[in-house]
Amino acid sequence: MSTSLLARVADGRKALVPYITGGITADWTDYLLACEAAGADAIEIGLPFSDPVLDGPTVQEASDRALARGATVASILADLSAVTVGVPLVVMTYANLVMRAGPAIFCARLAEAGVAGLLVSDLPVDEVAEVELAAAEAGLALILLVAPVTSDERLAEIARRASGYLYAISVMGTTGERATVAGSAAALATRVKAVSDLPVLVGFGISSPSQAAAAAEAADGVVVGSALMRRILDGATPGELAVDIASMRSALG
Amino acid sequence: MSPMTFMAEPVGGRFGDFGGRYVPESLVPACAAVAAAFRDAWADKTFRDELDGLLSVYAGRPTPLTPASNLSAQLGISLWLKREDLAHTGSHKINNVLGQGLLARRMGRTRLIAETGAGQHGVATATAAALLGLSATVYMGTRDIERQRLNVHRMEMLGATVVPVTSGSRTLKDATNEAMRAWVADTERAHFLLGSVGGPHPYPWMVREFQRVIGSEARRQAPVVPDVVVACVGGGSNAAGTFAGFVDTSSRLIGVEAAGGAAMSNGAPGVVHGARSMVLQDDEGQVAEAESIAAGLDYPGVGPEHAYLGAIGRSEYRTVTDDEVVEAVRRLARTEGIICALESAHAVAWVLRAAGTADLPAGSAVLLTLSGRGDKDMHTLIGGTA
Repeated sequence: MSTSLLARVADGRKALVPYITGGITADWTDYLLACEAAGADAIEIGLPFSDPVLDGPTVQEASDRALARGATVASILADLSAVTVGVPLVVMTYANLVMRAGPAIFCARLAEAGVAGLLVSDLPVDEVAEVELAAAEAGLALILLVAPVTSDERLAEIARRASGYLYAISVMGTTGERATVAGSAAALATRVKAVSDLPVLVGFGISSPSQAAAAAEAADGVVVGSALMRRILDGATPGELAVDIASMRSALG
Repeated sequence: MSPMTFMAEPVGGRFGDFGGRYVPESLVPACAAVAAAFRDAWADKTFRDELDGLLSVYAGRPTPLTPASNLSAQLGISLWLKREDLAHTGSHKINNVLGQGLLARRMGRTRLIAETGAGQHGVATATAAALLGLSATVYMGTRDIERQRLNVHRMEMLGATVVPVTSGSRTLKDATNEAMRAWVADTERAHFLLGSVGGPHPYPWMVREFQRVIGSEARRQAPVVPDVVVACVGGGSNAAGTFAGFVDTSSRLIGVEAAGGAAMSNGAPGVVHGARSMVLQDDEGQVAEAESIAAGLDYPGVGPEHAYLGAIGRSEYRTVTDDEVVEAVRRLARTEGIICALESAHAVAWVLRAAGTADLPAGSAVLLTLSGRGDKDMHTLIGGTA
């Protein structure tokens, strides 16, 4: 399955995918509607995990806050079932939440809640088989990560088995805002595009409209997470978040 | 039962259903590089000789096997203590850090990143770094910093940087998260010197091999094949090293966990810190916070090989309470003149409780690994922070 989740890319334009931590506030799904209204092409929804090793301080804080206010996988999926968002939703989480329920049950629950794709941060292609099968059976796209250190051989294997889009980690490190987008991002995006027809999004450290535009040059778009979650943690309303997203959208053209 | 589990490299890092390499894509090449380097080094006589030399002239190996004569007479068993408390830096952790330190240098790495709970692994890492000319950054939860301050001072004296970790339970679990995050950002220069038999492949295999020296020596030193071999289990490295020497014998293998951190006894299969193993967690998979007087056992996971050995029935796991552990430290101190670490005292506590019962019948020959010494715990034991 190599179907793209990102219609805009097929039109030759750049995609914008915001990341929102599920359950971060009581009415957190309003942020999803704001993302859609401001021009998001898809939305990644973080299912908060107690030990998010790939996340920097901002998403850690967001995860902790969501868990502290009682958010659970069940409550977040129930919230999603209760709203209609007009762009694909992708769940981003960690392996233990998938394995605890069992991949087949977990993926079926996501599909029931209207989720279109799944990205598991600590499930590299070598360990993905069981979840790959479960995702396919539930009709979920399986988004895989590629990193600057990924070899050409691994890249080909990852590209072959991913669907929805490929997520290129811009820099060796955790998620989080950075002053500049690493040069490794463009080089990686170019390598990925050479071996895959899937859209390639660059993420990690995309903090501003100009960074989004720069990162998207060699890629098909960007994922923006920590910069938005910092705003939400600091109290930004859905309307205020929409302004940020709209300015990124317009910078991407 | 498959004694071979303790002999060869586990295929794909798998111990039955457990193990594996559950890390973000950015860490896969680094883990693969460590695996390749260790495979190569472990088959290289020059590397083995250099490590053996350091273990001998630097770390003080072989450590003695001490008959605990007074306690044996009181309990009606024959108890021998494998004295890892007498190794340099005061615990078995030195075995692993010298191995991984040499490996890091062989790989051209210049920096060691480590997590620590009680501080014993942190001190050992700082020691290896000083000896081998590497820098060391050690992540430690602030709760552990409070209760193991002596070890923080030791690390700093040795030239290591101790980074306080304030997230989550502020203990070993969170320190491990932070060490892994630091490694992702510096895989070119840094080696992640994981202190136990958890983590992604090759760590459970590699650390067990570096700790195998405990069991190999004890097997040679023991006057009889013990009826029971016992060691404390947090992540499980001293137990894994000890068990490796006896897995192909008739000895029962018993791991003793902290009642508040008993992943083998009370956990369920899960993925944390790179491996599938037994994990204390809730119904949705959120990892629980452990709670033990012994910082080194205050961990909700356990090495995957223990999960496997437990699943096939080759090893057994028991729990003891904080109160039993404190009593065990005093009892061993007053009968044998040995002040052991709170971690090691878990094994002692189980022996004290079980001796003369069906679980440990009178007359049993028992080999117990005393993983470390208790100087670091004096503050806790005299009523300070626990």
